[in-house]
Amino acid sequence: MFTEEQINRYSRHILLKEVGGKGQKKLLDGRVLVIGAGGLGSPIALYLAAAGVGTIGLADADEVDLSNLQRQVIHFTPDVGKPKVLSAKEKMEAMNPDVTVRPYQTWVTADNIADIVKDYDFVIDGTDNFAAKFLINDACVLANKPYSHGGILQFDGQTMTVVPGESACYRCIFPEPPPQEVIPTCSQAGVIGVLPGVLGTIQATEAIKFLLGAGELLTGRLLTYNALRMRFREIAIKKNAKCPICGESPTITELRDEVNAMNVCDLEH
Amino acid sequence: MQLTVNGKQTSIADQETLSVTSLLETLQVSQREYVTVELNGEILDRADFDGATVKSGDAVEFLYFMGGGAA
Repeated sequence: MFTEEQINRYSRHILLKEVGGKGQKKLLDGRVLVIGAGGLGSPIALYLAAAGVGTIGLADADEVDLSNLQRQVIHFTPDVGKPKVLSAKEKMEAMNPDVTVRPYQTWVTADNIADIVKDYDFVIDGTDNFAAKFLINDACVLANKPYSHGGILQFDGQTMTVVPGESACYRCIFPEPPPQEVIPTCSQAGVIGVLPGVLGTIQATEAIKFLLGAGELLTGRLLTYNALRMRFREIAIKKNAKCPICGESPTITELRDEVNAMNVCDLEH
Repeated sequence: MQLTVNGKQTSIADQETLSVTSLLETLQVSQREYVTVELNGEILDRADFDGATVKSGDAVEFLYFMGGGAA
């Protein structure tokens, strides 16, 4: 079922008993959606492509800006001005011709997200604003899609994997988005360039483990990372009975845009 | 009392118990308006911050929104 070239390309995976030929086939048959082709999305997309995840969706409406290149390692200097999803697709397909990249040059909204998410096995949140983070959580919980949450700021990052119905979701921790004026974003507060490399690589690992059915997912645990002190911590998170979307009496039963959080991040940069 | 706050042993002098609201003030927790508080593994409702109390031996986590990623 593999070509000689594929056996060679994936030999270090095939050697692993948790992967093997069967697992590599699962990766090649796997479909992962990455929302955000920026700081987190760069390492996620590169590693998923290198691993041979067969279909990778990439959603982002933005274009490459010079200020992105300090951390968004999938984009190069000549890409400035190019749509991020197209810049990323070029690199991923050049790296691994086994991979089909489906670009969605759009912001995800309550109107389009369910339609995009439904074609994928696993979703990764690599977005930079709370409107998108809450929307991705809600869309994945309502569609019963496992997903990886990730967030970064300055020297700190956090990530958690959500398996709807089984483990706590983002709204179990944060029922509502914060008021837009109180939350600093990377474009206002800064971010150390290597940080999304650490967090994004963990998120990509979760997608790969999910496709393989290997190991333990980062569910029911919020993993936090501080690069300055070089510390990881894990905080146990139980499902919250009062969660507005996955609790005992949910108040959110259909998708909506969190209008108050829409402008949290300067989406241009 | 002795608490474990974000994984660290923390002493609060002269207090046997405190409401979560007072704890946030005593520890000068930043961004009090939107921090999520987990007490002994349970996420607290914001409406319960006045009523819920902490005592010696409790474990408290302060959880913050982290919004960055793409831009």
